[in-house]
Amino acid sequence: MTDTNEGKRRGELWRGTTTPRAPLAPPTDRRTFLKLAGWSALAGGAAACTPRSPEELVPYVDMPEHVVPGRPTYYATTLLREGYGYGAIVETREGRPIKIDGNPGHPATLGASDAVLQAELMQLYDPDRSRTPLHDGTPRSLDALAADLATLRERLLKSGGRGLRVLTPPVTSPTQAARLGALLDSFPEARWHQWHALARDAAITGSRIAFGRAVDITTRMDRADVIVQLDGDFLAEGPAHLAHAADFSSRRRPGPGMLRLWVMESTPGLAGAAADHTLVVPQPRVVRLALALAAELGLAVPAAEGLSPRERRWVAACARDLAEHRGRALVLAGDPQPPAVHALAHWLNAALDAPGRTLEWRDPALARPEPVIESLTALAEDMHRGEVDALVVIDGDPAYDAPADLRFAEGLERVSTVIHHGLYVDATARRADWHVPLAHDLESWGDARAFDGSVSLQQPLVEPLHASLPRLALPEMLMGRWPRSDREVVAAHWEARLGGESAEPWKAALRAGIVAGTASSSVDVVPRPSAIRDALAETPGNADAPAPVLQFRADPHVSDGRYASNAWLQELPRPLTKLTWDNALLISPAMAERMGIGDEEVLRVSTGQATIEAPAWVLPGMPDEALTIWLGHGRAIRSGGEGDSLADGVGVDAYPLRTTGALFARTGIDVEPVGRRYALAATQHHHRMEGREPVRRMTLAEVLDGRDHAPQGDEHPSLYPEPVPAPFDVDAPQWGMAVDLNACTGCMACTAACQAENNIPVVGKRQVRAGREMHWIRVDRYYEGDADAPRTLFQPVPCQHCENAPCEYVCPTGATQHDSEGLNVMVYNRCIGTRDCSQNCPYKVRRFNFVEYNYGAQEAELLSALRNPDVTVRSRGVMEKCTYCIQRISRARRQAKIEDRPIADGDVVTACQQACPTGAIVFGDVSDPESAVSRAKNHPLDYALLAELNTRPRTTYRARVRNPHPDLEENDSSGGDKAHG
Amino acid sequence: MAEPQRDALIDTAFGYASLGERIAATVLSGSRTGWLLLLAGFTTLSLLFLYTIMLVFTVGVGVLGLNIPVAWGFPIVNVVWWLGIGHAGTLISAILVQLRQDWRNSVNRFAEAMTIFAAGIAGLFPVLHLGRPWFAYWLVPYPATMEIWPQWRSPLVWDFFAIATYITVSVLFWYTGLVPDLATMRDRAKPRWAKRIYGVLCLGWRGAHSHWRRFRTAYLVMAALATPLVVSVHSVIALDFATTIVPGYHSEMFPPYFVAGAIFSGFAMVLTITIPLRRWLRLEAVITTRHLDIMAKTMLAAGLVVVYAYLVEHFVIWYVGDEYERYMALNRILGPYACAWWGTMAINAGVTQLLWSKRIRTSPAILFCVAIVLNVGMWLERYLIVLSSPHRGYLPAAWDTESGTMIDWLMLLGSLGLFFALLTLLLRWIPAVSIYEVKELLHERREEG
Repeated sequence: MTDTNEGKRRGELWRGTTTPRAPLAPPTDRRTFLKLAGWSALAGGAAACTPRSPEELVPYVDMPEHVVPGRPTYYATTLLREGYGYGAIVETREGRPIKIDGNPGHPATLGASDAVLQAELMQLYDPDRSRTPLHDGTPRSLDALAADLATLRERLLKSGGRGLRVLTPPVTSPTQAARLGALLDSFPEARWHQWHALARDAAITGSRIAFGRAVDITTRMDRADVIVQLDGDFLAEGPAHLAHAADFSSRRRPGPGMLRLWVMESTPGLAGAAADHTLVVPQPRVVRLALALAAELGLAVPAAEGLSPRERRWVAACARDLAEHRGRALVLAGDPQPPAVHALAHWLNAALDAPGRTLEWRDPALARPEPVIESLTALAEDMHRGEVDALVVIDGDPAYDAPADLRFAEGLERVSTVIHHGLYVDATARRADWHVPLAHDLESWGDARAFDGSVSLQQPLVEPLHASLPRLALPEMLMGRWPRSDREVVAAHWEARLGGESAEPWKAALRAGIVAGTASSSVDVVPRPSAIRDALAETPGNADAPAPVLQFRADPHVSDGRYASNAWLQELPRPLTKLTWDNALLISPAMAERMGIGDEEVLRVSTGQATIEAPAWVLPGMPDEALTIWLGHGRAIRSGGEGDSLADGVGVDAYPLRTTGALFARTGIDVEPVGRRYALAATQHHHRMEGREPVRRMTLAEVLDGRDHAPQGDEHPSLYPEPVPAPFDVDAPQWGMAVDLNACTGCMACTAACQAENNIPVVGKRQVRAGREMHWIRVDRYYEGDADAPRTLFQPVPCQHCENAPCEYVCPTGATQHDSEGLNVMVYNRCIGTRDCSQNCPYKVRRFNFVEYNYGAQEAELLSALRNPDVTVRSRGVMEKCTYCIQRISRARRQAKIEDRPIADGDVVTACQQACPTGAIVFGDVSDPESAVSRAKNHPLDYALLAELNTRPRTTYRARVRNPHPDLEENDSSGGDKAHG
Repeated sequence: MAEPQRDALIDTAFGYASLGERIAATVLSGSRTGWLLLLAGFTTLSLLFLYTIMLVFTVGVGVLGLNIPVAWGFPIVNVVWWLGIGHAGTLISAILVQLRQDWRNSVNRFAEAMTIFAAGIAGLFPVLHLGRPWFAYWLVPYPATMEIWPQWRSPLVWDFFAIATYITVSVLFWYTGLVPDLATMRDRAKPRWAKRIYGVLCLGWRGAHSHWRRFRTAYLVMAALATPLVVSVHSVIALDFATTIVPGYHSEMFPPYFVAGAIFSGFAMVLTITIPLRRWLRLEAVITTRHLDIMAKTMLAAGLVVVYAYLVEHFVIWYVGDEYERYMALNRILGPYACAWWGTMAINAGVTQLLWSKRIRTSPAILFCVAIVLNVGMWLERYLIVLSSPHRGYLPAAWDTESGTMIDWLMLLGSLGLFFALLTLLLRWIPAVSIYEVKELLHERREEG
């Protein structure tokens, strides 16, 4: 560690008062505060290697405004994913960002978050991030970079920028787009390309087919009665998935008019699990089913061929349902589907009177909506032709994730100057002349549009941890406008609209995290049936595709590889497979049986040009004759810190099989077992409920018939007097939680949020495999019915906080106790680790530090900065578990005491509750009959897990209710047969 | 020396002096090479034990095979097994002396020593299994500054007292019985330092009539004190399991079932040690086949109680009809731990039946093999109970399996090494057979004869 880092560790992380940021709520008081040691060490070190002007660094002698030790300060900012903005509220402590949550005022998050948003915090502190500019692999200063870029600029100026190419992810940021536009103005011969491995090309092309122009869809699912999804996963993918989840779940409350969801899917996803009817088909076949659906609805489309009787029945019932709900129906096409299916979905929506009711067509949020594959192909071709002189790659790793047939890495060798600006020293960085560390979104100024076009500003929460440059820096340098802070760039862009930095609109936008009135306007377009028909006719898929099909999907957490070294996301069980740390070839039970293989058996998949070997994972609900592999694994990163990158040896890189013509599915593959096994680490090993009904299910018809009580377990009469339940102490609130299984989509945001809030360590693949993962709230996933088309059930299980807690009486040291507010608390200091509490816990929610899981974090000093100072870091040998976020309860109690009032309902929001995009988790005082949690618990569908044990859990569940179509009552309730372990 | 009659407890051809010489010779003279080799072997294994202990202390219990549904593993299996082994010694010394079973006189000395070593080793495992072993003393109700006491409702606290009491009483009882022989050793020892040590240890014993009278009373009192421990220790251990709500642990039958199992495995271990020992030390005339026969019969009786317990356990599970219990029972037979279940049954219910045959009971070589197999069977039974019960608890999503790591096995092997190393050492320093008690036996037989 250098002096610089030493200084950074001690507390230089906050930005000085001269940086005019706007916290959410200005603090009311100031307190004197001791000067932090080590400041001088920083001042020298930091000034030497960061572009910040030294006068912005203010010693901690005077307490900065808004920073009260021990009290969190919240800032609104924006995080970018695939170019789109996700509004966030970030909690900082003494200048350190320690928690990210959604911004309630931002349309893309609505106050909720997903696992990735939570884990952006880990991304900020990731020890693998590159820390210094590299020139041909040698560390150099930013000044040297600036000098070199100045030379490059001179060279380019002479040719008008001929041969200069900039490659970015899709851009929604008005400032970035404007600055790139300015760059193109100053270098007229230069070109700007966009690429992202998961960009939504098909949607853009689809709208161009349907309307002749690019159009975005924004949905109003809260107005829909019937939703049909043609592949994809609207609850997990795309920039609006959190808004979808909120709207969707608002219409899934059991009762008259409950929304019905029909899903065709080629890989099990969250939407398929939430659906009332799921049709599982290989990806190319969806076209055919979509055609059949359109035909049933009376659209003049090419006839669909070769549907099975079951598919025919399904499509007919689905079409009937749509037709009956004209004006309240919505059809969604998934990203993996070809453009023609997206165009057809537009047509179907128009035919169903959806526009203006359940959806709106709007101007695209992207600054330059274009199919990025065309953009990248053009760039690659120019590179191979030697026409590219200088390539600036901003926030991307095309050498890793570009389609294999573009031979991008080879092309890079023909470019005389490659400048890579990214978070990691990755495949592209290693082939580049210059690698420039990219500042994380939490370290930068910027802006971005949400899916609906709303602009939100990005303000930094912390000084850059490393010698990095913000996203906006390189174009400025090439334009000779450096040094210039990114704040100036953004502020200058918004000067006209929001006034200057001192103007109230600017401050308000910063404070709220959203620029009011920037949503894109809806457009009045009409689908063109003939163009759509032509496109459909050209789309393969109506004929039988040669089996098997290899389908590419983003890893549910690691995404396209962007988060490959993010420990939280790697260890977070994937929603359906419950796999951690690796990707696998997902295969249907039937196909696995035919091939005579099981989990973990390595398969060789070859396409003729490329071959990969990856372990198989049998996944109920996979279509037969199809394999799915997640992208984003096997990424080669050279750690910016010491030692190996966390991404090393994790998973298999599937990009070599992906080509421009087959971005999401390809046929013509050979699959054969290699005869070797590869160990995978899953967190759940048994997948059926074994008749124990931990998840209780009902149909809407049963609920409406008045059978409105969740099926309860058998009553067990007892001759003994009931054990005394912890009495409700009238003076103290009694905490309890209600989890709505009908709202839960299984997205894992709660687990990620809990990990961030409660300093939960990452244990690594070997420990997960040994069954020692530490997540305090797990999401159990059960299958019901036919293994090839199962019903999927999710159940989040935190500590149940039993009133008659079996863990308490067996502890020899009294380390787990009941408190006066009904919490089952752990006294870490008193725990000696007999683990009897865990043995006696019927819910198995306790987690044990079998070894010291925090060593890694202690070594990587950066990681100690992301700790929540309100939560104890547990040492080895100590039991831990969900505390109902006792630190948040304590904070609310202190605040209530200061204000001399009782704790109000809603004062305490647990981390899982806060993150949940569907509001499935309700927390509060169960002794107050008016509290939200009491009302939730009084619901007739509320039940306690394992109530027959008389543990009297404070956490209860609301039964899952399905809303099947009367024509399609499936009676397949035979058990799924994925049972191992 | 002629082989004694088959059903004799002692060869009456011995004179008192020659008998004393014969036994004491095993301590004070004889071949040292064999002994040294044996000691070296066992000490090496003990070092292995030390190594695994170091690992557990420095790295954590994570080096052992443990996870979240199965948070108790080999250390707990070993506690139960080692404590069980100790039981035979206490039974032989305490209960049989009160029942005036004079055959015990020949075997009680090292059976008691075995008890102490086994209980001592057993006492290590609960500490080794702790996440933070350096705080093991928190189970002691000492006057802590914070005025915190153990949590008395926890069976683990009862456990601590049960084991601590057991070890204390066993040591005192064993030492009391040793006093007359220590005096004999004092008289026979040649080196001055040895005389002095034995002299201190024998508490000034001169063999006076008053000494003998007081000794008899004290010994009986100690026996009376130790007697309830035979039942209580393993009953309390059983309560660790029985008081939980884990299907497979939660059974009212566990205390007597555990005690029977303890006596069963204890006698198996006594036989495992006795048979090679009598051959090696040429004590066939003192520890006769009649002894083996009686011990095998006791083992058979205890074994039948264990089999009965198996039957009752399964009957009760069926009769109560609790779905979780039923699943647990079926899963033991057919699930991931089926090998342990079938192994347990084959050995404890099957192999035990061989002991009905007198030929087998009185043939040392076969009996030795049977005893070793039964030791394994009883270890398997505890493995089955401890690991298979929690691995499929109430919520299927939390199910997982666990088996031992290499460190677990090394630790078990190492603990065996330590046990035998201690026994080997003892043989050099203390008469393996109680001299005065065999003399007494000889006297009685002569009176009868």
